[in-house]
Amino acid sequence: MNLLAPRRQLARAREAVERVTDPELPMLTLADLGVLRGVDVVGDSHVVVDITPTYSGCPAMAAMRDDLVRELTGAGFDRVEVRVSLHPAWTTDWITPAGRAALAAAGISPPGPAPSTHGPIPLTLLPTARQVRCPRCDSSATELVSEFGSTSCKAHYRCTSCLEPFDHVKEI
Amino acid sequence: MDSHIHLSAEDEHDSAYTGLLVNDAHWAFGTDFEDPLAGVDTSIPEGTDAPTLAAYALMLGDDSLVMSHRISEWTSNAPDLEDDIALSNIALDLLGQARLLLARAAKADASVVPALPEGSPAPPEDALAYFREAHEFRNVRLAEVVNGDFAEATVRVLLFSVWRLAVFERLRTSRDHVLSAVAAKGVKELAYHRDYAARWFVTLAQGTEESRSRLLAALESLWPLWPELFDTHPVEAAAAGAGVGVDPADVREDAEAVLDQVLTAADVTRPGKPRRSGVLGRTGRDGMHGEALSRLLAEMQSVARAHPRGLW
Repeated sequence: MNLLAPRRQLARAREAVERVTDPELPMLTLADLGVLRGVDVVGDSHVVVDITPTYSGCPAMAAMRDDLVRELTGAGFDRVEVRVSLHPAWTTDWITPAGRAALAAAGISPPGPAPSTHGPIPLTLLPTARQVRCPRCDSSATELVSEFGSTSCKAHYRCTSCLEPFDHVKEI
Repeated sequence: MDSHIHLSAEDEHDSAYTGLLVNDAHWAFGTDFEDPLAGVDTSIPEGTDAPTLAAYALMLGDDSLVMSHRISEWTSNAPDLEDDIALSNIALDLLGQARLLLARAAKADASVVPALPEGSPAPPEDALAYFREAHEFRNVRLAEVVNGDFAEATVRVLLFSVWRLAVFERLRTSRDHVLSAVAAKGVKELAYHRDYAARWFVTLAQGTEESRSRLLAALESLWPLWPELFDTHPVEAAAAGAGVGVDPADVREDAEAVLDQVLTAADVTRPGKPRRSGVLGRTGRDGMHGEALSRLLAEMQSVARAHPRGLW
């Protein structure tokens, strides 16, 4: 067997996986969202993909799996195994710079740095203080409507300059 | 049969018909992500008794599942859209945690999984959720009591998540890789749940006379179930002793301190009501539940039980 073949197979698998986007944030690839944890070709045409959920109950996992299977099967892999990797837990810090730019371009405010989750997590009784700019008019005059938005990973904000509501990917 | 719909390669990705042309029938009452723990190290930590680990995971999983179901009953019923979405999100996070914890219990000791009707494709975690009787559930009773008004939901989520977050903060160092991973992820979610409820607690307490009186009534009604959260069941003691679990008695001080912060900010004093007793000393962790759980399970389980081979 050609020694370069496994490497070519891996490149082909990566290329196929690179086409898969998040079902709820379709402007982001799984890699940009940081949920893609690994791609490995283990046999002649057997590929293993590791993904991690954003939130424990993320209903998008099954759709991601189906999309990965479809792209990889389409790229000629006979056996596609999608595994869920729980550890380490996903953090918004894994969203790539390209992913953040894509979110902002789509009118979704990207997350700031994730808070430390070592030790006890202090109670915060005031609305989470964030420097959130309106993704439409770039005003910093924004207010939090709810920490829970249209999907598990987003908070709901409102711009008090242009009055438009918008989503903010919350830091975890 | 050959399809008469022909799609070019480019069209295929965007076509709504694509999914209809393949046989993707799956178990009708779950997410069908074959094994939620695939790729996770599920070996039993050395020196740990597998049935103890399974029983412990089942307790935590049942708390999450029953609490999730109760909170999900708020969907489309909350006072406004934002809180409807918030409560639905909280229920979803808890359901996700429940799935992993029940799957962990099944993986550690397959004998905890009830036998399914022949041909049922239900995965083990769904078998545990849908095919057990009320007395087999090990959740704390705070999770199961019937919903009241929005103030009641606020107090329930606050008490549950203050306690649960304190437990999960410690469970992050569990020697069991699944429990530590579930906890590490769960603390981030529970911190949002706790702070959401804590803010509403203060808001309602400092709001109108009506909102304050409803909040105090809710606190009064749920308060007798708070001490049960810190009882140590022998399974929890054994799991803590083996370094895989947390003895809830150990988190009492941390949890009470956080709760006191909220009560102080809200200018509310601790109710004096005594704890709700068990039946001959048996409480939720022993499988002793109120009628509320039976009704909850009847609603949650009946469709899956009527169609144990259900595919769609």
